[in-house]
Amino acid sequence: MSMFSNPFSLKSTLRRCLCGRHASAEEHAAAERAAKLSDEERYKEVVASGLMRALFPNDLKRRAFLKAVGTSTAAAALATFFPLDMATEAFAQTGKPEKTDLKVGFIPITCATPIIMAHPMGFYKKHGLNVEVVKTAGWAVVRDKTINKEYDAAHMLAPMPLAISQGLGSNPIPFVAAAIENINGQSFTLGIKHKDKMDVKSWKGMKLAIPYDFSMHNYLLRYLLAENGIDPDTDVQLRVVPPPEMVANLRAENIDGFLAPDNVAQRAVFDGVGFIHSLSKTMWDGHPCCSFAASREFISTMPNTYAALLRAIVDATGYASKAENRKAIAEAIAPAAYLNAPPIVLEQVLVGKYADGLGNIKDDPKRVDFDPFPWDSFAVWMLTQMKRWGQIKGDVDYTKVANEVFLATDAAKVMKEMGLTPPATTSKSFSVMGKVFDPGKPAEYVASFAIKRS
Amino acid sequence: MKSLGARAGLLSVLLFLAFCALWQIAVTPGASTGPALDPEYAKLMGITTAGSQSAMPGPLDVAGKLWDNLKRPFYDNGPNDKGLGLQLLYSIGRVFIGYALAVLVAVPIGFLIGMSPLAYRALDPFIQVLKPISPLAWMPLALYTIKDSSLSAIFVIFICSVWPMLINTAFGVGAVRKEWLNVARTLEVGPWRRAFTVILPAAAPTILTGMRISIGIAWLVIVAAEMLVGGTGIGYFVWNEWNNLSIANVIVGILLIGVVGMVLDLILARFQKRVTFPE
Repeated sequence: MSMFSNPFSLKSTLRRCLCGRHASAEEHAAAERAAKLSDEERYKEVVASGLMRALFPNDLKRRAFLKAVGTSTAAAALATFFPLDMATEAFAQTGKPEKTDLKVGFIPITCATPIIMAHPMGFYKKHGLNVEVVKTAGWAVVRDKTINKEYDAAHMLAPMPLAISQGLGSNPIPFVAAAIENINGQSFTLGIKHKDKMDVKSWKGMKLAIPYDFSMHNYLLRYLLAENGIDPDTDVQLRVVPPPEMVANLRAENIDGFLAPDNVAQRAVFDGVGFIHSLSKTMWDGHPCCSFAASREFISTMPNTYAALLRAIVDATGYASKAENRKAIAEAIAPAAYLNAPPIVLEQVLVGKYADGLGNIKDDPKRVDFDPFPWDSFAVWMLTQMKRWGQIKGDVDYTKVANEVFLATDAAKVMKEMGLTPPATTSKSFSVMGKVFDPGKPAEYVASFAIKRS
Repeated sequence: MKSLGARAGLLSVLLFLAFCALWQIAVTPGASTGPALDPEYAKLMGITTAGSQSAMPGPLDVAGKLWDNLKRPFYDNGPNDKGLGLQLLYSIGRVFIGYALAVLVAVPIGFLIGMSPLAYRALDPFIQVLKPISPLAWMPLALYTIKDSSLSAIFVIFICSVWPMLINTAFGVGAVRKEWLNVARTLEVGPWRRAFTVILPAAAPTILTGMRISIGIAWLVIVAAEMLVGGTGIGYFVWNEWNNLSIANVIVGILLIGVVGMVLDLILARFQKRVTFPE
C-alpha cells in the first residue's frame, strides 16, 4: 500500500501498523484515507507520491526538504514544473495491464457478439490486450473452465455469476457480472408441426429446451408458462440443451420447442424445422440476457488488466448498439472461428428484418440490442426467480448479493470514459408481462405469484 | 483364375459404388417444391432455386468437403478454427499420452495380479465395478478435481483404457502353463529372470490383445471427450460442424475417425503378430 501513503506528511514512523498489512501506522492511515477518496483524488495522490519519491529517493532528505519549505509549497512547486494533472489523467487511462495475453471463453451465439467481435474488429488490441476468444461446448464447461482459471474471463448467462457466487451448482466462489452483453435477443421457437399452437395455453405436455438452469431463458419461459396457467415443473418437460444443439434436437423431434438465442431460433427457421412464436422482448422489453463475467480474484489481482478488458467490452458493446454497424458485425462474426453460421442468418438477427418461418417477414430493429449497464435491479429480479423456483433455499439478502455481483458502479465509470452516458442510478423499475417489478420489495414480489415452489 | 484377394477387392469396390448410388438417389430432392415463395422471404430462408440447401448431403458433397479439408490440412486460424490434420494430431497426441500412462500402470499391476491368486481375488471386484464406467461419466469429476480440461481428457483416456489391459495381462500371466514354470523352478531360475524370460513371452499375445482392445477404447473415448470439452481435436471438429449443421463435414470427420482408428488397430495387430508363437 506504499503507493497510497502521503509523501508530504512529516508524521510517518517506521514501525509496523496495527493491522500488520502496512509498513507503518502512517501507511495504514493512508490506505484507510485512500479508500474514502474518489478515484480521481486517489490517482492524483499516487502520481504525486511517485514523483516525490523519484525526486527524493532518500527518505531523510525528502523530509528535510518538506520541513524546510512546507508541504503545500512543495506540492505547488512540484506542480509548476511537472504537469501533475496530465500525468494523473494518463495514469487513470492507461494503468499498464499486469498481463496482456488473456483467454476469454464464449458460447457460439449472438449474445456473445461484443466479446467475439472485439477480436476481429480490434477492440481488444485498441485497449492494449492480446485476447484469445475460445469457443466452448456448453455453459457448464464455461463455468468450470473459468473457475479453473483456464479462462481469465468469460461470456456467461447473466444469472450465472449470481449462482456461482452463492454456490448454486458449484462451490461458492465470488464472481461478478462486469457488464451485460446483450438485452433482448431471444425467441420462443416451436417445431414446424406445432404451427397452430400460437396460444401458450396449448403448450401443455410439450418438451421444451432451455440452455441452462441458471439462465434468463429458464426464468422467462417459466414465467410465461406460469402466467398462462401451466406449471413448468409438472405440466411440461423443461430440458437443458446447449444452444448450438437445439436445432438438431428440434429436427429430430426430441423437443417440441425452445427458448434460445435468436441466431439459434433463426437457424431453425432457415433450416425449415421451426418457426418463431414470439420474441422474448414481447414479455419484457430490454431484459438482460448474457453477461461478461470474471472472478473477484481476477479483478483484485489484476485491476488494470480487468479495467482494460472491461473498457474493450464496453467499447465493443457501444459499437454494436448502433444499428448502422450491425451488418458489418454479422459478417465479422460469421466465420468458422467464431459463430460458424451462414451470414444471412446472423444478419436477420442483428439487423432485425427476419423471416418468421410461417411465411411472414417481420421487421424489428430492437430484436436484439446491446447495453452494457448491469442494473442492480436486474440481479434482484433474477434472485427473486431463483427463490420462486426453489433454486435458492432459505432467506436471501437480495440487495446485498445484487450489489456484490453486478458491478454497476464500475461499468458506469468505464461508460463515462468511453463517452457513453451511463444511467445516474444503479437500479431501475421495469415490468414483466405488464406486472411492475419494484426492486425495493423483492420478497413481496416472490409471494405475489400463484405458481411457485417456495 | 483370379485370386481370392483380387475378387474380394473387386466386390468391395462394387459394394461401395452401390452404396454411394443408393445414397445419392435417397438424397436427391423431388421436383415439386410446393407453392412459389415471395422472393424476399425466399432469400431470407436461403432458398435459391429448388429445395432447401441444408438437407442431407449426397456422396458428392461429402467428397467435395473431404477434398477441401485434405487440400489444406494444417491451416491454423486461431484457437477455434484449425485444419483437420492439426485436429487429428491433437487427438492422437492425447490418446498417445493417456494410453502410454495406462500401459505403464496396467502391465506391471496386471503382472502382479496374475502371479498372485490372492491379489487377483481381492482386486477383482474393484476392477469389475470400475471397468464398465462410461468415459463421459468420468468427465465432470475429472474437470472438477483436476481443474484442467486437457489433462482431464487425458485422464479419461487413461482410466478407460487401463482396465482391458489390466485384466488381459493378469489373465495371460495367470494362464502360463504350469509345466514351464516348473521347469524354470527345477533349473533354479531367479524370480526376475523367470518373469522376463518365461512368463512375459508366454503371456505377451494375451497382453497385446488387451492393449489392442484398449487402443480402440481410447480412440472412442477421445472423440466423445473432445465433443464435451471442446477446444481442439477431431471430436471438437465434429461438434463444431454440428453447430454449423454442416452434415457433410460431420461425415468427413466420422470417416477420418474410422480411418485413424483402423490404423491404430493395425499397428497393434502387427505387434501382436510378432509376439505370437506356435505351441
